[in-house]
Amino acid sequence: MKHTLSILVNNHPGVMSHVSGLFTRRGYNIDSIAVGVTDDTEVSSMTIVLNGDDFVVGQVKNQLLKLPDVLKVQDMAYANSVQRELVLISFSITEANRGEALTICNGFGVKILEMTEDSVLVEFSGNSRQVTNFISVVKPFGIREISRTGQIAIAYRNQNSV
Amino acid sequence: MSQASEAITGGRLMVELLEEAGVEIVFGYPGGAILPFYDELYHSKKIKHILVRHEQGAIHMAEGYARSTGKLGVCIATSGPGATNLITGLTDAKMDSVPILAITGQVATTDIGTDAFQEADIFGITIPITKYNALIKRADDIPRHFEEAIKIAMGGRPGPVLLDFPKDVQIQKTTAKKAEKLKIAPHHYERPKVKGDPQEFAEILNQAKRPLLYVGGGAINSFASAEIKALAEKANAPVTTTLMGLGAFPGSHPLSVGMLGMHGTAYANKAVLECDYILNLGARFDDRVARYQDFAPNAIRAHIDIDASEFNKRVNVDYILHGDLKDAIREILPFIKGGDRSSWISTINQLKKDHPLDFDNSGEVIKPQDFMHKVYQRSKGKAIVSTDVGQHQMWAAQYYLFDEPNTWLTSGGLGTMGYGLPAAIGAKFGNPDKTVICVTGDGSFQMCIQELATIAQSKLGVKILLFNNNFLGMVRQWQELFYEERFSESQWTYNPNFVKLAESYDIPAMRIEKKSDIDKGIEFFLKDENAALIEVMIPAEEKVFPMIPSGKSQKDLIEFKDLGKMKK
Repeated sequence: MKHTLSILVNNHPGVMSHVSGLFTRRGYNIDSIAVGVTDDTEVSSMTIVLNGDDFVVGQVKNQLLKLPDVLKVQDMAYANSVQRELVLISFSITEANRGEALTICNGFGVKILEMTEDSVLVEFSGNSRQVTNFISVVKPFGIREISRTGQIAIAYRNQNSV
Repeated sequence: MSQASEAITGGRLMVELLEEAGVEIVFGYPGGAILPFYDELYHSKKIKHILVRHEQGAIHMAEGYARSTGKLGVCIATSGPGATNLITGLTDAKMDSVPILAITGQVATTDIGTDAFQEADIFGITIPITKYNALIKRADDIPRHFEEAIKIAMGGRPGPVLLDFPKDVQIQKTTAKKAEKLKIAPHHYERPKVKGDPQEFAEILNQAKRPLLYVGGGAINSFASAEIKALAEKANAPVTTTLMGLGAFPGSHPLSVGMLGMHGTAYANKAVLECDYILNLGARFDDRVARYQDFAPNAIRAHIDIDASEFNKRVNVDYILHGDLKDAIREILPFIKGGDRSSWISTINQLKKDHPLDFDNSGEVIKPQDFMHKVYQRSKGKAIVSTDVGQHQMWAAQYYLFDEPNTWLTSGGLGTMGYGLPAAIGAKFGNPDKTVICVTGDGSFQMCIQELATIAQSKLGVKILLFNNNFLGMVRQWQELFYEERFSESQWTYNPNFVKLAESYDIPAMRIEKKSDIDKGIEFFLKDENAALIEVMIPAEEKVFPMIPSGKSQKDLIEFKDLGKMKK
């Protein structure tokens, strides 16, 4: 089962090594990791998506809490948080399929960043499933370049809404 | 006072912080990138520096000092090779939860990353083997890093920390004295409140008919011996200890069943199989003790530990108390009822009678078990004993009974050959009035043998008991039992003359080979408080029993009396 951990860490160069090293040496597999500074420049937020049962995730949380630079670990329940990824894709178009491409882009609500004779560069964000779905839809056009972020997440303030 | 804000060098500040933290002794080795710090240390009247012969010696000395005194152990090395020579000791201290502060010199901040002379990324290298490490980039940051480092080394489950100290930062002037704000969360160093339900925890123990207390190294770190004794006596529950827990409960106590695990007593391991309740007190279900869920198959399992990541790590448990062991036992003690456990106690006593520690002592040769037991008797069980790793380590664990905590120093988790001699040296510096015995073998002894010079230069009364079988005995034992006697690279076809070697360091030494020499040997070895080495020649075929083969569980235990069966 996929889990999303949101972690607050001290913002200094060694932190990534400490956290990623923990996953390597304890044999945990991570699907994605996303890092960015918070409103406090001394604190960064890391979002880690990993696959594992509750036992493994519990172990990961306990091990993370032992790292001195880790300030807080939160296990995000899917239903009670917003989860987003962003993808930038440049794919091929032709005279013939340009219309179809634009219809798809409109349907997904993507932002078109650049359009040339034979290509289009778009930006799309959504949850992991939506991003994967969008990629599969444009794949037949011929993907030239793709860049996809790791997942970030934030919990809803009202945890009783579901 | 204007003097309070007078600027001093980073090196001086580090020395002052060590002094303020109550550090009385440091073990180290100077070199280029740590010279400014050593120049400041030269002026310190409060800190004694022990000059070692190899940095590995320095960190094992710090470990022996820490483990035998309960204080922080401090070691110092220069950059590059000096720092990398600490790696084994840091890993050892991490595995066995020993509070160590390592200070390493580093090339100047302006040279970092340029492959400068004696540069090594010790910060990066030591990430997985320290609880905390930091590269100090400015002298103003020294107080914060220092305070974070020692708080983390000593707090919670103790462990090693490392401060990497660039040469220019050692020279840089600063007026900083104290950390303004720590950047680590308080849960890393504050003593946690006990989490869980102590009353429920106690009641499960009260209901047990055949309870067993399983005590680990955490009991030593928590100074919980008195509480464990009170718990065992009040609950009338037998106690087994791990290798790291020896001494946390008196080995000579009637409720003691000795050590459990791979080379533990048969009665301790059989008690594990028969108990209906097992309470883990600061142990970690290590693979030399517990084979996953096979462990204590008939028991309700309960666990108290300060490190939450140890719960359900290898063996699932039914009840958990999270917190400092001493505090947790104090909270459950009021709810403990005596209860009649006479039937269980008599079962245990019968197991002790039917399955004693055993060996063949018939011939004229000296048996290490016999000799170890005689050392125990002569020293009245009062010595601090350090060991290296291998057969001698297990014989020491089996035949020397430890009644006091902090008197048994061994490399349990990492199994570091070379640990014993420097650990004994560190312990003797911390306990000058106690007899300190290093039990070693001809393999391990040669891994840190250079520290004989440290003994000689400090005129330190460390006793060295060297069991010599001209083999790597434990390797040989496995090869005999599991590799059809193919003794691949386990025999020493050359060994030095250990007696002459010791004598060249002005350490009196004697070799004995026959059983009739034992009394003479013991007298020579323990007659006074001066350093001495006794080399005891033992048969290469001698094996450590009982034994649980690797990967097997308590029910597969092989006793000495089963030996004939095994060899066919």
